[in-house]
Amino acid sequence: MSTCYNPFTLEGKTILVTGASSGIGRQIAIDCSKMGANLIISGRDEIRLNETLSNLAGEGHVALTADLSDMSQIENLVSQIAGIDGAVLSAGRGLTRPVQFSSPDKMNEVFQINFFSTAELIRLLYKSKKAKKNASIVIIDSIAGITDVSPGTSVYGATKAALNSFSKYCALEFAVRKIRVNCICPGMIETPLIHRGTLTEEQLQEDAKRYPCGRYGRPEDVSNGAIYLLSDASSWVTGTSLFIDGGISI
Amino acid sequence: MELNDFIKKFAEQFEETAPEEIQASTEFKSLEEWSSLTSLSILAMVDDEYDVALKGDDIKNAVTVEDLFNKVASKA
Repeated sequence: MSTCYNPFTLEGKTILVTGASSGIGRQIAIDCSKMGANLIISGRDEIRLNETLSNLAGEGHVALTADLSDMSQIENLVSQIAGIDGAVLSAGRGLTRPVQFSSPDKMNEVFQINFFSTAELIRLLYKSKKAKKNASIVIIDSIAGITDVSPGTSVYGATKAALNSFSKYCALEFAVRKIRVNCICPGMIETPLIHRGTLTEEQLQEDAKRYPCGRYGRPEDVSNGAIYLLSDASSWVTGTSLFIDGGISI
Repeated sequence: MELNDFIKKFAEQFEETAPEEIQASTEFKSLEEWSSLTSLSILAMVDDEYDVALKGDDIKNAVTVEDLFNKVASKA
């Protein structure tokens, strides 16, 4: 085993994953643990977060319940972390609503968790120096608002475009500490977020046919990309967006 | 909630279809203008006006405007 070439190992790295109580975040936490990382997982729902914790491979992982839409809880989360070699920011929510119904209250809810909270967590991790030298920060972004503009996704897409833009400034400024910041832009991934009922199962199945690869993505399609960006295999990669989208952006 | 008021708000979500073409018995998904965007607008209108979160399936299962009104009324 020790002779097996593995540039993607996360052995010895401590990695924070937010939004780890379900969907993409949960899969990333599980797969990072299989790659040898020590995990600090965060999510709003304590029961579901502990479900993720019990599914992690190896020992010594930590679960910290936090509602990241609350800025004081972000600060509290950071204060409980000693130091990290990587972070995957996966906390977020969706909204499907035409522009003419996207009033400030609706917009604020989504911007708060998807953009402001993610940006604030990154800021605090950097400022507090909890993000160690050579750390890798991975933002779970989206094709929405970037290469995909679909009816009803203006607010969600705008939060994701904002994240994409913000990540590049972070990459530029954090390079002095050799901290890398990259985005993953997934297409539609089979998670609870897309099965919340706004679109019917028939509409989703029809939509999946638009993907050149013939299906929606799976959480592991995204976690494999996250592993690459967290590992030393990507140590010369920063400020990029990795599109994991079954070819829909072609 | 009141049926005629619902029909009026429902009809406001259309651009090309004249309001008088939309009645309680109108099979709205057969209207030429009907689209996924119209469907999303109806969902958002119902949420804003009646504080009811309809699902895509509620639209799918309703045939007439009155069917949808009854669904909203049952959840309000």
